[in-house]
Amino acid sequence: MAELSTRHLMGIKQLTKEDIDLIFNTADNFKEVINRPIKKVPSLRDITIANLFFENSTRTKLSFELAEKRLSADVINFSASASSLSKGETLIDTVNNILAMKVDMVVMRHPNPGAPIFLSKHINANIINAGDGAHEHPTQALLDAYSIREKLGQVAGKKVVIVGDILHSRVALSNIFCLQKLGAKVMVCGPPTLIPKYIETLGVEVSYQLDRALEWADIAMMLRIQLERQGKQNEVKYFPSLREYHNLYGLTLERLERLNSKLVVMHPGPINRGVEISSELADSAYSIILNQVENGVAIRMAALYLLASSEKIED
Amino acid sequence: MNGVYLPPSMNNKRILLDQTHINLTIKRLCFQLIENHNDFSESVLIGLQPRGIYLAERIQAELSRILTDQEIHLGSLDTTFFRDDFRRRDSPLIPNKTKIDFIIEEKKVILIDDVLYTGRTIRSGLDAMLAYGRPQLVELLVLIDRRYSRHLPIEPNYVGETVDSVASERVEAIWQETDGKDQVILKSQENG
Repeated sequence: MAELSTRHLMGIKQLTKEDIDLIFNTADNFKEVINRPIKKVPSLRDITIANLFFENSTRTKLSFELAEKRLSADVINFSASASSLSKGETLIDTVNNILAMKVDMVVMRHPNPGAPIFLSKHINANIINAGDGAHEHPTQALLDAYSIREKLGQVAGKKVVIVGDILHSRVALSNIFCLQKLGAKVMVCGPPTLIPKYIETLGVEVSYQLDRALEWADIAMMLRIQLERQGKQNEVKYFPSLREYHNLYGLTLERLERLNSKLVVMHPGPINRGVEISSELADSAYSIILNQVENGVAIRMAALYLLASSEKIED
Repeated sequence: MNGVYLPPSMNNKRILLDQTHINLTIKRLCFQLIENHNDFSESVLIGLQPRGIYLAERIQAELSRILTDQEIHLGSLDTTFFRDDFRRRDSPLIPNKTKIDFIIEEKKVILIDDVLYTGRTIRSGLDAMLAYGRPQLVELLVLIDRRYSRHLPIEPNYVGETVDSVASERVEAIWQETDGKDQVILKSQENG
């Protein structure tokens, strides 16, 4: 009891409901810590953490780094663009070189799905997956569910619609696992080209009409249209134009008011204002986007703390 | 004060203080506090989580009863993230709630815990407390002081009862809120 069932955080799929509850309860304490005048605790002072970002990231990297520093860990940062990776070094060689400098934990984002799982079979540090391709992004899903719990009291029984680019989204997959484990109902909504085939086998409902989905839901989780993953000119496009996408699947204040809805609106960021969500809605009282960011630090502190405490110091 | 004499016991559980004794002790501790502090406008009570808070609440209630015209500030402080045995135990340290609604800058702080043993919890409490300001003075109040067992140079200012016991024994304060009654018990580890 009171211990995670795993020594790595690969994905929500590997976590139990008890693990998630433990992370949430621990995050409650860290949320109190980061609102103190002095926001730092010494728990991880003897631990070194490497942040390995083989793919671009701003907020996840900042959030992890802040969480690590608030726990007094030593932090080293690595980003792929400035590394030997471009000189042809393999992932294992890169990571082993970093571990040879006595690093205890690795936080990794990588464009290939399964990269952290592969790594965990070859190295001996705790690994946190900070996003692997279109596979999982567990800390994002945890902070999303935690934000729902904070806003609405509990996650169980709530209805959540995830809107947008489900096909390319690791956030969507992790959220589906996480919300379902906590007893919420999940629907995905978007243009048919951006909804993966057979996604209903995960136990989610599918809708292609945003208004209908919004009427059903308590919470709308808007996803970013991943412009960088859309086809370039002359390649396949998933929808004709951003303007058409916005008209059909963009969430606006006017649309919510027309539906007379009390939805809670979430977004993992970064926002494309005027595409999946209108500017005035993103800044309105419906939105808990900035609460998500604040909770992100607390959740990551909890995950780091619990994983670090799974490693005993031997005499 | 003399230590309580503990004869070898056939039982593995002995009651050191019962409800009546605890109530009397709390009253005495409160009068000692009043003697030293007199005015509580510059003094605050901080109970250490998880089990010091029940004693702290009783002290606050008793002080408020005696000093009807004064507000007695009480906070609870969790020391988990400041402990020195992180990653040295079999199971992770699970934190409790910290709730301090006042600034302790330039205040006289009375830290309150149930049992003082090695002094390590108090050490982490002192560190944790500093996140809320720089107090003018810090005192320590405990219900039970297990003498001759300190790992650190920490001594209490107010002691309910002094107990001499060996390391294999365990002194535990149980409270109405968690166990249904107020009692201090001594457990020996031999058979459970």
